[in-house]
Amino acid sequence: MSMMMAQSKSESQPIPVTPPRAAVAPGIKMEAKGLKAWFGKSQALKGIDLPLAENQVTAIIGPSGCGKSTFVRCLNRMHEVVPGAHATGTVTLDGADIYGAGTDPVLVRRRVGMVFQKPNPFPTMSIRENVLAGLRLNGRRPADAAALVETSLRQVALWDEVKDRLDRAGTSLSGGQQQRLCIARALALEPEVLLMDEPCSALDPIATARIEELIHEIGQRYTIVIVTHNMQQAARVSHYTAFFYMGELIEHAPTDRMFTQPSNPKTEDYITGRFG
Amino acid sequence: MSAPEAPPVAPSSALPRQATGVDRRRAFVDKLARGACVAATVLAIVPLVAVLIYVAAKGIGSLSLDFLTNTPAPMGEVGGGIKNAIIGTLLLVGIASLIGIPIGVITGIYLAELGRYSKFAQAVRFSADILGGVPSIVIGVFVYTAIVLHWGYSAMAGSVSLAIIMLPTVIRTTEEMLKLVPDALREAALALGVPRWKAISSIVVRTALPGIATGVMLAVARIAGETAPLLFTAFGNDAVSTSLTKPIGSLPQMIFTHSTSADAEWHRQAAAGALVLVILILVLNIGARVFIRRRG
Repeated sequence: MSMMMAQSKSESQPIPVTPPRAAVAPGIKMEAKGLKAWFGKSQALKGIDLPLAENQVTAIIGPSGCGKSTFVRCLNRMHEVVPGAHATGTVTLDGADIYGAGTDPVLVRRRVGMVFQKPNPFPTMSIRENVLAGLRLNGRRPADAAALVETSLRQVALWDEVKDRLDRAGTSLSGGQQQRLCIARALALEPEVLLMDEPCSALDPIATARIEELIHEIGQRYTIVIVTHNMQQAARVSHYTAFFYMGELIEHAPTDRMFTQPSNPKTEDYITGRFG
Repeated sequence: MSAPEAPPVAPSSALPRQATGVDRRRAFVDKLARGACVAATVLAIVPLVAVLIYVAAKGIGSLSLDFLTNTPAPMGEVGGGIKNAIIGTLLLVGIASLIGIPIGVITGIYLAELGRYSKFAQAVRFSADILGGVPSIVIGVFVYTAIVLHWGYSAMAGSVSLAIIMLPTVIRTTEEMLKLVPDALREAALALGVPRWKAISSIVVRTALPGIATGVMLAVARIAGETAPLLFTAFGNDAVSTSLTKPIGSLPQMIFTHSTSADAEWHRQAAAGALVLVILILVLNIGARVFIRRRG
């Protein structure tokens, strides 16, 4: 059903893929196999097989209700947090199944960070405390908290804007700044994978451009999965794109190829705006 | 309001551009509704202000340092105070809070965060609502049979009945305040790899703390003024007592006995006692709010 990435030595893939821009034959960081997910009785994912390339940006596109968000929420076991929701199948992280027996979802989430659609800084905490929240709430005291705050905020290009008011409430920032703060909060834990669920949909075009720039920069150091409604955005920030439709993966390919010569007519219809 | 000429569009479906009878009626109904809201608000505030003025006017004359630092004098004699009642009320409310607030808040957390949709939670919620509607004197009777009949009248028995009375308020306000915390914050914490208990205690409860504190203060204020359940649990004591196992006096009970006596001096003292009680609750309330604001 989907085209697979052919860079993994161990797997022989029938379809040769052109290397994505700036890509250097990445390995596979995470991989979903036969992933199915439900909300109560309604099935949101109908068996997804999708590898996610290491230190690359993978964009997930598709019309509303196609299961994009559900898919990324399965990657850090946040799906099951919703009452009545459950998932089956496997998702590997560095080869180990995160749905395996005895796997603690809490530990998975420390390795697979997440940024949500709406910025959600903790309202009772200052900017500084928000950045350190992941560590503090896990009972760890960073040796050099000030340095960690600075590097985290610099990574998201927020440092210069907030360095004089680190004690102000995180919620006192603008929407775009709050979202960058949330990204900094996730990055402070040094996750291996960063999931972004429509991170720009609540932001204006300028704030969106900043976040995209940011994804470009950190995309070389982190494995990023970004859900987006905006196909231009997918084309701009990602190395790989996966197209979801009605809970199924229709196509997965290097982004430039996906947008220039999609192999599935449904993909073509969607990216040319004929539906969705 | 005359609008500039609109470009020619289908005139049949366009709304009229001049005020019509319907618009004038809407404006009138709007004024009427506003007026009704203001009137109802004023009406609601009148008794509150009237009670405060009445208590202050009647009570302030008998209020003195002696009144606060002496125990009651026999009826007919001038002087005497409410030291025993003040200490008694502080002790009763303090012990009741120590019992009622932790149990109530933790139950509220269970209902909102852990068992929200479970059958057990529904049963607890229903029981709490029923308990909230039980007259306080019935709770007094319950504690009388459960505790007083075995161990006699005591401050502890009084505290337990007050704790039971405050439970429903604390449980339900805690639950409601926690439900107001957006799920986005719970998810934000969980997605950072924070264990659930920590996400609840450090993020959810922390965010809802001002609201929870308000509910707790309302409950404390309510039990500070309860009289009926204390009559046959704490019983009353004209001497200063700080023992949990002995009968103890309290301000509401002092107000009750003094105001139902035949002595004019005692009537004035009852008003003064009421004033002290109101001030005490006010101070507790403001103190709690300042404390919460400092920490929050």
